[in-house]
Amino acid sequence: MLELRAVSKRYGGVVATDDVTLDVVRGEVHGLIGPNGAGKTTLIGQISGVLPTEIGRIIFNGTDITHLPAHARVAAGLARSYQITSIFRRYSVLENLAFAVQARSGSSFRFWRPVTAERTLFDEARVIAADIGLAERENAVAATLAHGEQRALEVGLALATRPQLVLLDEPMAGMGPAESRAMLALIQRIRSRVTVLLVEHDMDAVFRLADRISVLVNGRVVASGVPAAIRNDPAVRQAYLGEELAA
Amino acid sequence: MIRAIAVFIVLAIFPLAMQAMDTMFYVSLASRILIYAIAATSLNLVLGYGGMVSFGHAAFFGAGAFVVGIMAVEGVRSVWIAWPAAVAVAGLAAFIIGALSLRTRGVYFIMITLAFAQMIYYIFVSLKAYGGDDGLSMPGRSTLGFGTLGNDLVWYYSVLAILAAVLYGLHRLVHSRFGRVIAAIRENEARAEAIGFPVYRYKLTCFVIAGAVGGLAGALIANQSSYVSPSLLHWIQSGTLMIMVILGGVGTLWGGMIGAAVLLGLEHLIADYRIGWLAALAPNYQDHGALAVGIVLLAIVMLAPEGLAGLFARTKEK
Repeated sequence: MLELRAVSKRYGGVVATDDVTLDVVRGEVHGLIGPNGAGKTTLIGQISGVLPTEIGRIIFNGTDITHLPAHARVAAGLARSYQITSIFRRYSVLENLAFAVQARSGSSFRFWRPVTAERTLFDEARVIAADIGLAERENAVAATLAHGEQRALEVGLALATRPQLVLLDEPMAGMGPAESRAMLALIQRIRSRVTVLLVEHDMDAVFRLADRISVLVNGRVVASGVPAAIRNDPAVRQAYLGEELAA
Repeated sequence: MIRAIAVFIVLAIFPLAMQAMDTMFYVSLASRILIYAIAATSLNLVLGYGGMVSFGHAAFFGAGAFVVGIMAVEGVRSVWIAWPAAVAVAGLAAFIIGALSLRTRGVYFIMITLAFAQMIYYIFVSLKAYGGDDGLSMPGRSTLGFGTLGNDLVWYYSVLAILAAVLYGLHRLVHSRFGRVIAAIRENEARAEAIGFPVYRYKLTCFVIAGAVGGLAGALIANQSSYVSPSLLHWIQSGTLMIMVILGGVGTLWGGMIGAAVLLGLEHLIADYRIGWLAALAPNYQDHGALAVGIVLLAIVMLAPEGLAGLFARTKEK
């Protein structure tokens, strides 16, 4: 579904991603792990189109999207969430989600009819609010939500665009155990509908969720495979996991 | 809604009262204020609702005025030809300037819009065939084909009707799908793009609409005194419109109108009414009207940091 072919990114002399070749297969949850500074977020930026890719090719559903602008990739079915929460803080949960629904349902070059009159936008937003566990908070202003709720809304905004593939950039960042469990459950719920590329530091979660895992070290993919293989891969242990998985 | 109707009823009665008191001069001043209200409102669309700090709005205001002025001198005085032409030219100018400027952000955007507007200013100043520095006198107001706009009462009501239409249009626009998109872009541009909106296209459209309405206000100001001055294009004019918006309330429906009324009203008051005790202290204070206006503006901004429209909204809530 998503094919990265020798994708690289350099900032001056610094190599952020280096010759990354990676396949995400339709229907899977693909974990992407690696130590801090390995280039995971850069890679997500390149796939989503926020960062330009000069070297290598990105292919989505058989089409070369390497030079497609970010908004067009969303229209093609590729959405992302952010590591650092990026929501519309002054809007309510429902307004946030309705706005994301609006992006894919008809033209927004409409200048006259009040958007609040469009019931379908808000009906769909309600379904998504329930999906991400915020049904009871749908009228709360986003800025007033708890951290875990904001993270759920962050993922909800990506889901509201009805993607085929969603890039989740550390959805559990900064979460306590209870909030992490809720996010884990959310990803379990959506995995039957949408393919997921999951960047996450929480190893437990990644190994529990992922069908396959790729390991990024210094911008390079050092291993890719099923969780059991990754767990036992000597190169991975050496480069990154160390003692953590030995137990 | 009730408040809007009340405001417009008062504005509709105003010239009749002035006529009864034989002070028609104020009707002319009021028309001028209403025209500036339209110009400031159009700037408020980009600056307030769109979050694009354009420092070159005079370009569209002045361009609209010059289109009407030049066409009048060339013998085309019909409202139905000259005014749409002014709107179209201003919209086109906004499209070109916006297409280039909107590739930049922040201070660069402010500077580049300013630079474009100054370029247009110097083009018209050097256009000797159409007045150059001296400006352009028109043979009279635009013609309707029926009746005349020459009468100051008819003129006032025409301007008032256009202002009402512009405000209603803005009200509809900001609550529409499009309005929601530009508000969201102001709030979080990166996320709006990540959700799938072609941000640049929406910003440019917003910029063009504001420019076109600015051009309409320009067409009106040319007719106000049948004279087009290149100072309409000068950066000080852009600054004046900006002050009106900030004074009245950034991103509020009535902000531009309140700002225009307060700023122009103040200028007029200071120039025309001599305050005894102040004159005793500084006999020629009225020659430095701008300083006095500045002091009053400073006071207003400090007392109402969100603009005067915000002040009304707050007292209403209590």
